[in-house]
This record gives sequence, structure tokens and C-alpha cells, in this order.
Amino acid sequence: MRGALHMIVYALFFYLFAGVCIASAIMVVASRNPVYSVLFLILAFVNASGLFMLMGAEFLAMILVVVYVGAVAVLFLFVVMMLDVDFAELRQGALQYLPIGTLVGIVLLAELLLVVGAWAIAPHVADVIAAPIPPFYSVSNTEALGQVLYTRYVYFFQVAGVILLVAMIGAIVLTLRHKPNIKRQDVSQQVARTKADAIEVVKVKSGQGLS
Amino acid sequence: MLEFWTDYVWPVLVVLAQSVLLLVILLIAVAYIIYADRKIWAAVQLRRGPNVVGPWGLLQSFADLLKFVLKEPVIPSGANKGLFLLAPFVTCVLALAAWAVIPVNEGWVIANINVGILYIFAISSLGVYGIIMAGWASNSKYPFLAALRSAAQMVSYEVSIGFVIVTVLLCVGSLNLSEIVDAQDGKYGMFNWFWLPLLPMFVIFFVSALAETNRPPFDLVEAESELVAGFMVEYGSTPYMMLMLGEYVAIATMCALGTIMFLGGWLAPFPVAPFTWVPGVIWFTLKCLFMFFLFAMAKAIVPRYRYDQLMRLGWKVFLPISLAMVVIVAGVLQFTGLAPK
Amino acid sequence: MSETFAVRELVPVLPEIVLVLGAMTLLMVGAFRGERAVASINWMAILLLIAAGAIIVLLPAERMESFGGSFVLESYARFLKLLALIGSATAMLMSLDYLEREQQNRFEYPILILLSTAGMLMLISAGDLIALYLGLELMSLSLYVVAAINRDSVRSTEAGLKYFVLGALSSGMLLYGASLIYGFTGSVNFAAIAKASANGGIGLVFGLVFLFAGFCFKVSAVPFHMWTPDVYEGAPTPITAFFAAAPKVAGIAMFMRVAIDAFPNIVPQWQQIVIFVAIASMLLGAFAAIGQRNIKRLMAYSSIGHMGFALVGLAAGTMQGVQGVLVYMAIYVAMTLGTFACILSMRRDGKMVEEISDLAGLARTNPAMAFFLAMLLFSLAGIPPLAGFFAKFYVFLAAIQAGLFTLAVIGVLASVVGAYYYLMIIKIMYFDEAARPFEPMPYQLKAVLAVSGLFNVLFFVYPRPLVEAASAAAKSLF
Repeated sequence: MRGALHMIVYALFFYLFAGVCIASAIMVVASRNPVYSVLFLILAFVNASGLFMLMGAEFLAMILVVVYVGAVAVLFLFVVMMLDVDFAELRQGALQYLPIGTLVGIVLLAELLLVVGAWAIAPHVADVIAAPIPPFYSVSNTEALGQVLYTRYVYFFQVAGVILLVAMIGAIVLTLRHKPNIKRQDVSQQVARTKADAIEVVKVKSGQGLS
Repeated sequence: MLEFWTDYVWPVLVVLAQSVLLLVILLIAVAYIIYADRKIWAAVQLRRGPNVVGPWGLLQSFADLLKFVLKEPVIPSGANKGLFLLAPFVTCVLALAAWAVIPVNEGWVIANINVGILYIFAISSLGVYGIIMAGWASNSKYPFLAALRSAAQMVSYEVSIGFVIVTVLLCVGSLNLSEIVDAQDGKYGMFNWFWLPLLPMFVIFFVSALAETNRPPFDLVEAESELVAGFMVEYGSTPYMMLMLGEYVAIATMCALGTIMFLGGWLAPFPVAPFTWVPGVIWFTLKCLFMFFLFAMAKAIVPRYRYDQLMRLGWKVFLPISLAMVVIVAGVLQFTGLAPK
Repeated sequence: MSETFAVRELVPVLPEIVLVLGAMTLLMVGAFRGERAVASINWMAILLLIAAGAIIVLLPAERMESFGGSFVLESYARFLKLLALIGSATAMLMSLDYLEREQQNRFEYPILILLSTAGMLMLISAGDLIALYLGLELMSLSLYVVAAINRDSVRSTEAGLKYFVLGALSSGMLLYGASLIYGFTGSVNFAAIAKASANGGIGLVFGLVFLFAGFCFKVSAVPFHMWTPDVYEGAPTPITAFFAAAPKVAGIAMFMRVAIDAFPNIVPQWQQIVIFVAIASMLLGAFAAIGQRNIKRLMAYSSIGHMGFALVGLAAGTMQGVQGVLVYMAIYVAMTLGTFACILSMRRDGKMVEEISDLAGLARTNPAMAFFLAMLLFSLAGIPPLAGFFAKFYVFLAAIQAGLFTLAVIGVLASVVGAYYYLMIIKIMYFDEAARPFEPMPYQLKAVLAVSGLFNVLFFVYPRPLVEAASAAAKSLF
């Protein structure tokens, strides 16, 4: 009885998060105003984080919010608000690609079903899957991630870091321009200024001025 | 059916009651920290500050509340009505939601979750949405500029706050806020707290918290000499009050977070008899008030930064220092064997 | 489960570590010293590439694995890594003079090349799908940026953007395939995939197709070659030379490793795909190149065709096939770099010229360059006894021994058609009215051209070291 009740509540929350997530994902694509799209995207992220929470992956849930909602989506919103692009007009053109888009979507869906179907048909696959996750009752999942991230997966972790470095270098290389005539504040120069080299005291004789 | 009541309804009711209690106390506290803010500011400038409503002006905040609530809300005709009204709610709700995980005394916490500090970090990083939405939905130039400023500013300073949190976590070995406080317990009292060993991080945290909550000297979002009231220009009455409230609650959250991470939470400053008799919640409140006093003094005596200086401070000073501190702290913990197991 | 990490696991990764740390150090130097340090950073980058190569040679020769099989170093990886490093270092050397003359001396360029090369090495050594993807992204992301590095030129920007968008698409396909494969085998490790794929399954083949589509994009094989001509034409010429050599080596390396290591049990399934891709690439490379006027576009189609020929060896699926591909890639890198050394010296009035007609009468204005270029073109066409002939010989031999007669015959026909446009250029150089001479060649280009030209001409005299190294490398893969 208790277990059943638990399952019901669990399922209720699952359908709540999953339903809102999918609905807002649809709205991301469907809404006319790009700012709305981004806001719906945020809603979708938050609900996905709720789904993570239901699975007991609280670390991933929080990181999803911190990284995607707190940083990435802010930048999206930033860009979308600043760009003066008529997205409705862009979308007019997009409609003619609808058939091919639908086709690709259906193919992908079919393949996903294939994967899921094969799992049901071929249960032996589950035996091959390595089980790197320690039992959930022994450590929290934050700790579990920490244990493998810097040991078993340190290589991936570091390479991912290098990739991000390249992305940063790339962004700077392609956009940063040094304008020669721009006025800049040089703090060290300001601090290094002394009275001696900043002002000159001159005795001005009356009637002659400075020459 | 009984299980349904004992397992679900009763806990939900308990949490609800706790939340309401916390909310009421918090809101009253916010009313008085606004008052304190104004009084401290006034004292520094040799003014009297609010002194008309109630004895010594103590009821000033409540009078303001009534005034805001009774006024007519004005929505600009060009504004995006939905988002315009949603923004104050977002600000307010998010700011209040952070308090769900803050332990004000040993065991006095609504949700003692494993990743408490990440939760606060996540919630406070969402705070920027209220401002962006308000700025954009107002459909007006000053609010929009303020929104852009705030987005960049908050994202920048979140990075250093994140690293500060990481160093504290390295010393604690847990993301649970109660455990962070417990880790600072020791026989030297206040000298066991993290403000001493992690003093540079405490300073960075304090300054970043000022920037994160758009407090002076980093209040470029609402710099009155250039942007009037920034993203709040078009707001009035209740929505304005909610924005204001959200802002002060966020400040209170930052004070509480600083208290928990660096000032030992509910722990007594000296672990000897007269001090340990005082309930932990009093210590917690006093420490939060001390933090807020620092906030208020910074507002009163530090001139406002220029925007490029603000960005420079965040990215070129705090980020490298906090990164280096993460490495140093991790190295020290690892090689001296002090690392938590 | 308590994982540990031993420092000795870092030994096989040493070349990559040297490259990445070196790149970061140079980045700091560049950031603080600014454009003044560009020349020294360029040379330091070349030295770092050479140092990484030296470390690879000095590391113990047996098969080494790190990080639970994610990183594999054996003779196969060693051979291809050296090749990639040679390609990168030479391309870097060839770009020195160009960058200075075109006023594009930016310190980020050598750093991106270094990081990209590190990505190639990781890709070549990848022992599972995650390492493969990360190496691939590291390599490609740097390539996207260097393609667009001349940001004031519309063509360069377009090249970078096009490369980026299509590259992201192909990465997406690759990831989708990888996730399908993971779904059906329960592992990302190649050896474990090989074990789990013993009983095949339609889902696995789906994943395989997507994965191979991603690979085909990276090696610019038909039908995922569309980006190649535009990117080759748009990117600054030394960067095109870089694109044409080292990343192709890495791409073919991962293609072969995945096919042979991860899917040895479903050879017939992937063989069909590779045969189709090889035929299509060879034919398209041969026919589409005929109408080209721009020599960089021509080289793009030529490289598409060459990738087709290389894949013939893989289609065989045998050790000999792999050996053939390795020899092919080594010779291909040498031929391509030499040819690009010539293209880079096509400079008049301080500007690069890129039309084939600009080469007219080169035999009279610069006979040495014309001779070497002619030899390289003959070699690209596969005329005996030049190196290019042997390259094709080994892959076709492997195909015939594996019973793929049709493939071999189509390959030979395609190379006959391809010979036409290479010979066209030679005809223009030797028999057409002489155009104005080019500016004198800088010494770096002269050196590259001489070495690669001599290698091509004299390969048949003493082919043994290369062939034996390739054979040992191929053996270590199986």
C-alpha cells in the first residue's frame, strides 16, 4: 500500500515535469516572439532539472539550472533581445522546409523506437552495460560523480577543458579588434602617477604670461 | 488510507506551516533591514533618516508597504503586459525560495537537502531573470539598458562566487549547508570559522555579493544619475514593491550565505558558558545583521563604480585570484592531510 | 568503487600533454607580449611539434593503454601520429612567409594549429567513442577557427562558417550513431563493442551508418564532401595546405580504427558502405576536377578523389588493406604538401594568384619549380615509377586480394580520368605562352618542395622503410 502510494505520487510528479517540459519545448519552436521562445526554453530546462531530481540525480539537476538556466540562457536572452531580427519573417521561409524536417524527424523517431524496441527484445544487452555507479545508498550521487570524474574519466574531463579553451580562443580571435585610437583607462599608469610628473608649478610674471 | 494522511498530508502541512512562519519572520525582518539601511545611510551623512512614522520611525517600512499596496498600478501601454507583471513575481518568489534550505539553527531548516549550497547558487543565478524580464517588458530605453547591464554584471560575478563556494566546499567535503556550519565548530570558537583561513575568499565573496545583488557601489543597474531607477523606471505601486522586496530578500540571502560559509552559522563565537546559553538562532541573526551592516556601510561610503571598472574587477581581478585560491586551498588540503575524508 | 589514478598512465599521453601545455604557455606569452612575439611563437610551435614527434619515437614500442582503454598507443597510432605531426609542422613552416607578407601574423594561429594537432593525436589514439568524439571536436573546432582567421575577407569568413555549420551537423550525426551503438552494445569501448556486436543487429548497423557518415564528412568523402571545395578555396592558402594534409590523416586513422577495432564481426555490413563511398569519391574526384579553373578548388577535388583511393584499402578490410592505406596516406601527405608549396609560391605583385592559367609557361620562367610540380602532379596522377603509383598499387593489390575486383577496376578507371586534369596542368606549364614570372620562392617553400619532390621521385629506389613501418603498424591494429 505504502509502496503503491509512493509510486502514484512519483508518477504524478513525473508526468507533471515531463508534460510541462514537452509542452514548453513545443512552445519554444511554436511561439512567434523569440523572447518567449527563450523563456519557454528556460521553463523546459527547469522541468528537466525536476526530472533529474526525481531520478535522485540532484547534482545534475542543480548543475543544469546553474549552467543552462543561470548562464547559457541568460546569454541567449541577451542576444535575442538585442538582435532586431524579424523572426516571424524568418519563420515564413522555414515553413517550406517543413516536409523534409518532418521526414528527418520521423526517421530519427523511428530509430529511437528501434533502440527502445531492441532493448525490450534483446535483454542480454543490459548485461554488457558497465555499472560504474555505486549503489545509491552508499554515497550521494555528487560523491559518486566526484569519485570517477577525476580518476577514471580525468582524460575526458581535461580534453573537454581544452576544447572549451579552443572555443574561447576562437571567439576572441574572430571578434576582438584592437582599435588604435580608443581611450582606455590604464590603472597601473594612473596609480604610478606622482605629483612630480603630473603638475608643473610655474611662476608667471605679470604681464608676460607663459610662452 | 491512513498512510496517505501520515505519509503525505501531514508532512506537507508541517512544511507549509514552517514555510509560512519563516516567511512572516523573514518579511518582518526585511522591513526592518530596509529601515536599518536607511538609518545607517542617514547616520553616515549626518541626517536623521526616517523618524516620523512610529517611535523613531520604526513603522516607516509598514507605512511604505501600505502606500504601495493602495496605489493604482500603472502599466505602460507599450509594455508587454504578461511579462511586465510576471517579472516582479519572479524576482520575489526566487528570492524567497532560497530560504527553504538555509539552516537558522541546528536542525532548523525546512529542506535539509544534500546539495543545499548548489541550490542557493542556482536560485540566486536565476535572480537575473526578474531584472531582464522587467527591463525588456517595459519596452523603454532606460529599463532595457539596465537589463543588459544587470545580465552581464550578474553573470560575471556569479563566476567568482562559484569559486568561493568551491573553496569552502573543499574545506568541508559536503554541499550540505548544515554540515558546512558543523565543519566550523571547534574549540577556538570564532577563530575556527572559515573567515580566518579563507580571508581573501571572504573578501571576494563580500564584494561579489554586493555586485550580485546590485548593491552600491555596483548598483549600475539602477544608477539614478544615468538610468533613473534602471529596470524599475516604469514600475509603480505593488509590482514595484515586489521588485524592491525581492532585492532586499536577496541581500538577506547573501548575508545568510556569508554567515553560514564564513561566520560559523549558528555557532557561538566563544564556546564557553555564557555564550553557549544563547540560542543559536540569535547568533545567526546577529551575524546576518553584522553582514548587513557591512552592506549598508559599503552603500554609504563607497562611490559607485564605472561599468568598465566593474567588469575589470570581476574578470581580471577576482576571477584569477579566486581560481588561484582554489588551486592553493586544494593543494594545501591535499598535502597537509587536512582534507576532509 | 574507489577508482585510482596512477601517474604512469600519463606516459603514453606525453606527446599530447607536451603539445597542450606548450600551446597554453605560448598562449600566455602571446597574451602578454602581444604581436611582438609572433615570430618566436611560430618557431616555438614548430619545435613543439617536432618535440612531440621525438617523444613518440622514444616511447617504448609495445602497445600501451591508459585511462581504462580510452587511450591506446601502438605502432599503428605511432605511425599515423608521426605522419600527422609531419603534416602539421610542414604546414606551419610553409605558412610563416605567407602570414608575414599578408599581414596576418597573429599569435593565435600557431596555438590553434598546435591544439588542433593535439586533437588529431588524441583522435588517432582514441580507444573508445567518447575519446574519439572529444579528439575529433578538439581538432575540428580549431580548424573552424583557422579557416575563418582572415576575418576581414568575405571568402575566408564564409569558408569558416560553412565548415562550422556542416561540421557541427556531421558531429551531430556521429554522436547520434555513437549513442545508438552505445544503446545496442552497452559500451563505448571499441573492444567491448566488438564483443557485443558479434550477433549483429539492425540497430547496430543504423548506428554504424551514422557514425560512418560523420567520418566521411571529416575525411571529405562523397557524399559528404560538399564543404571541401568552398573551404579549400576560401581559407588562406597555407591553412588549406594544413587542411589537406594532417586532418585527413587523423580522419582516416579514426575511420580505420573504428572499422577494424570495433566492428570486426560485421565486416560485410560496413564493407558495403566503404565500397560505395570509395567508388563515389574516386569518380567524383576524377570528373568534377576537370572543369576547375582555381587550383585550390582543383586540389579540393583531388583530395576527395585521393580519400576515395585510400578507402579502397579499408574496403578490403584486411591487414594488407590497412597497410596499403597507411602507405597511401604517407605518400599523399608528401605529395599534397609539395603541391601546396608550389601553390603558395604563386605570387605576383605582392598578391596570391590562384588560377590554373597563371601557371602558363612556368617551365620557362622557373624551370626548377615547374619540374618539381610536374613530378608531383605525375605522382598525384599515379604514373609509375613515382611514389603516387606505389600508393595506388598497394591499395588496389589489397582490394584484389580481398576479391573486390569491381572496386579495383573502377579505381583504375577513375585514376585514368583523374590523370587527365593533372596532365592538363603540366601541358599548361610546359607548352603554353609564358605568363609573367612569379616572385621568388621563400626558402621554407623551396625546402618543402625539394624534399617532397625528391621523396616522390626517389621513393621507388628504396621503399622498404616506409612499407615495413606501415606493415608493422597494420599488424598492431589487428
